[in-house]
Amino acid sequence: MTQEHLDGNTLAGPLSEIFAVDVTTATGRCASCGMSGPIGALHVYGPDPGLVGRCPGCEEVVLRLVRGPGSAWLDLRGTISLKVHLPD
Amino acid sequence: MNVISRGFHGRRRDEGDRLPPGQYLVEDFPVLSAGPTPRVPLDRWEFAIDTEAGVTHRWSWPEFQALPQETPTVDIHCVTEWSKLDTSWEGVSLDVLFEDVDTDASYALVYSYGGYTTNLPLEDLLDGKAWIAHRFDGEELEPRHGGPARLIVPHLYFWKSAKWVRGIRLLDDDHPGFWETAGYHNYGDPWREQRYEGD
Repeated sequence: MTQEHLDGNTLAGPLSEIFAVDVTTATGRCASCGMSGPIGALHVYGPDPGLVGRCPGCEEVVLRLVRGPGSAWLDLRGTISLKVHLPD
Repeated sequence: MNVISRGFHGRRRDEGDRLPPGQYLVEDFPVLSAGPTPRVPLDRWEFAIDTEAGVTHRWSWPEFQALPQETPTVDIHCVTEWSKLDTSWEGVSLDVLFEDVDTDASYALVYSYGGYTTNLPLEDLLDGKAWIAHRFDGEELEPRHGGPARLIVPHLYFWKSAKWVRGIRLLDDDHPGFWETAGYHNYGDPWREQRYEGD
């Protein structure tokens, strides 16, 4: 089967506009199936009309990111939690 | 006096007149997807209209094929700025599908195989403005373009023309869909360049 989606690490640049940390290395938990893993492992569709990150386990939407002129819209409702690795 | 080229050299005048602001013409047919392409076997395909009173009207693939078919030729406009003129489709007018539907709803939420949704006022689906299309350019509609069947609402940006359409839920209140809840405009009129929320 042809792989339709992009690599999850394509989210790194667009998300770095919003977050001070590299979110692709953060651990996300899918709100649909509960699977957890790095954001960089999501199956990503787009980039147009927006980036859609789907769970590699169940293919449900984990995050959506739309970049318009002067604004970005980030929807994380498909994410239960985001564990961000920070130094002590 | 400044002489400014507007970039219309070499383009037929009528094509320029048919191009909404901020759009450019394409000859190919770009594919944009928000998820994996659903594969829907025709023996399991159905299209439904769910009314606000809880009544569901359903059509199987053979029932849908038996309805009167139309062959609209329309211009389509994607919010990502490409437009394609004179696209030819075959399908069933929403007016036919709504013939026996009793509703006072003002809004429609279109839903697709694969989970996609998009919203629009019900009146934008009626009076010859929208079709459920299953053929494009004389061929069966390819899955990557929304086959077995997709909605065609050419007077709005093309994200409203949901691929892999499965049904329409009629609602008293507006319920924003997939892209409409992620920054895109709730209505999406290309002639008013309603791309993003607030445009």
